[in-house]
Amino acid sequence: MKAAVAVEDKIVRVLGEGGEVDASKDPRLSDRDLLTLYRAMLLNRMVDERMFRLQRQGRIAFYIGATGEEAAIIGAAFAMGEKDWVVPCYREFGAAYVRGFTLRDFFCQIFGNAQDLTKGRQMPVHIASSRLHVLSVSSPVGTQIPHAVGLAIAAKIRKAKEAALVFFGDGATSEGDFHVSMNFAGVFRAPCVFLCRNNQWAISVPRERQTAAPSIEIKAKAYGFEGVLVDGNDVLAIYATTKKAFEKARSGGGPTLIEAFTYRLGPHSTSDDPHAYRGEDEVELWKKKDPLIRFREYLEKRKLWHQDRETKLMQDLNEEILSTLKEVEQIPPPPPESIFEDVYAVMPWHLREQRDQLLRWLEERKKITESY
Amino acid sequence: MTYREAIRAGLREALRSDPRVFLMGEDVGRYGGAYACSRGLLEEFGPERVRDTPLSESTFVGAGIGAALGGMRPIVEVMTVNFSLLALDQVVNNAATLRHMSGGQFSIPLAVRMATGGGRQLAAQHSHSLEGWYAHIPGIKVLTPATVADAKGMLLAALQDPDPVFIFEHAMLYPMEGELDEDAGAADISQARVRRQGNDVTLITFGGSLPKTLEAAEQLASLEIEAEVVDARVLRPLDISTFLTSVAKTHRVVIVDEAWRTGSFAAEISAQIMEQGFDHLDAPVARICAAEVPMPYAKHLEEAALPQVGIIVKTVQGL
Ligand SMILES: Cc1ncc(C[n+]2csc(CCOP(=O)(O)OP(=O)(O)O)c2C)c(N)n1
Ligand SMILES: [Mg+2]
Repeated sequence: MKAAVAVEDKIVRVLGEGGEVDASKDPRLSDRDLLTLYRAMLLNRMVDERMFRLQRQGRIAFYIGATGEEAAIIGAAFAMGEKDWVVPCYREFGAAYVRGFTLRDFFCQIFGNAQDLTKGRQMPVHIASSRLHVLSVSSPVGTQIPHAVGLAIAAKIRKAKEAALVFFGDGATSEGDFHVSMNFAGVFRAPCVFLCRNNQWAISVPRERQTAAPSIEIKAKAYGFEGVLVDGNDVLAIYATTKKAFEKARSGGGPTLIEAFTYRLGPHSTSDDPHAYRGEDEVELWKKKDPLIRFREYLEKRKLWHQDRETKLMQDLNEEILSTLKEVEQIPPPPPESIFEDVYAVMPWHLREQRDQLLRWLEERKKITESY
Repeated sequence: MTYREAIRAGLREALRSDPRVFLMGEDVGRYGGAYACSRGLLEEFGPERVRDTPLSESTFVGAGIGAALGGMRPIVEVMTVNFSLLALDQVVNNAATLRHMSGGQFSIPLAVRMATGGGRQLAAQHSHSLEGWYAHIPGIKVLTPATVADAKGMLLAALQDPDPVFIFEHAMLYPMEGELDEDAGAADISQARVRRQGNDVTLITFGGSLPKTLEAAEQLASLEIEAEVVDARVLRPLDISTFLTSVAKTHRVVIVDEAWRTGSFAAEISAQIMEQGFDHLDAPVARICAAEVPMPYAKHLEEAALPQVGIIVKTVQGL
């Protein structure tokens, strides 16, 4: 339990586990902002539940969720400016959502239909929105981290007061890309915020198998900048820490590494069964630290929330989810020949040829099937 | 027995019979491997020999090289070929060159296994077939087991080899059922195999495209075209003579390769047949490859991008 002691020593926390607030650290968000945050977190949780169900029913092929990590994802993104970039890992729908990526955008992506911004080409939840400055999700672990550093360097060259926020997991800190990106950002004082969602697991591999260090945040020191350990299940602590890191980045103070200490309550993805590698007791322990419960208790203490409002919001969100799903499921798929688009800005001759060949084949196959 | 179980049987046999053998990679231990190939082995052999590593492809391949230099017989599992690209420097600049650069002083008896190929809706960063790229590299051997027997036999052969051997397991093959002679040891890794006899056309393929090609051959048989199906099995060093023997009989060749057409391994096979078997040919060599696009996710899009049985049949008919 060495790691746990080290964590308790220096963890940044605004909300206690019963929702009591530390007034000296309170970022003093408006009531409206607080409720916006809560709504986004609850929506994210409910979407996860619904999507896991859809996958089991065979209506979608794959899903990867954020259950338990909503505070870290949404709180951080909420602290950013409109022009800043989010470089997501693969659990960051909530971060895109608070920047204006709609539920409809998300469901179109998951179904890979004709209105999906990624045109049916990416796995579910691997979102992208250039308009909202949300970079395309990169599946190979850690490979997105250098992109954030490059975006930050570009902002600096353009003398724009912008910064980049990159999400990645504890597992990603074992990849070379993590270390060299941190080094690069330190050397160039890049306006980049590194946010490690330390959810304690990389599929079946526990955090202890990724590093022998007592924490992840400590690694920033070796690269010449500050690392902060934050209670990742405390949305206000995440918000306040990210906000500060962005202010520092924008004013030329360089990068920050934030370790959001949290937990993946669900399976890694719909392809995973966590019973193979972790005990239910551990999960139960973390369920008690659920970021939604803690935030709700805080809101209740502030008299902003009560059971009736909770019930009503859940009903509303549920309806929104179901009606959006119903509409999205009617949207046709993208046509097969669309796979040849966007390989290049302009389609070269060999792809036009392959496309025409595909169209001829599909036509022929249709005739064969019709003649039966 | 399934292809997956055959790999597991091979791993178990290797771990039991040779104390120098150990397995490492991410999720290979407690989880039993991303494709369940090593399930139960941690329990049987312990964490020294079935080792869950930090998430670092470059390091587990590089450390595999080091362990091989240090007298072990490591088996490194990389989850998929796409992720193996993070370790490519260790493969191309190190594993493949060390023996030669050192004037023959160092040997790297390393076996690296990974999943390859598409068909499971995992999109552009998990679905490519890059074994043809690996086959470009002198100094390593490249195996593409396409049958249950080869799944086990090729692994055992790789462990007997003094050089680095890369094994590409097509992910669609893991659940495939087939015959396995439990006592069969290491497989031959020098020759291609004829998987179906025929006189009218030679279909050359490997890995995950073998079942599709055999199915196409069955459909062709009902159209009274007897196709000979040749499984290349080993991409480097390549056994061209088995292809030539078949071509001398059939005079027509179609190559099925799930990789992108330009610069594909199919292009290499085609070139060698042209160089050495030109006089046997009655028609230009034809290739069936994937569309030259990053693999899309949606099922119908992925199907449009990948070689399909129907296309093989149609191509043969059009020769
Ligand atoms: C380079 C690479 N290797 C392996 C994988 C397979 N993989 C996908 S997610 C994952 C675990 C990542 O864990 P972590 O970074 O902690 O993120 P989390 O999933 O916990 O959010 C692994 C091994 C991959 N996608 N990319
Ligand atoms: Mg993790």
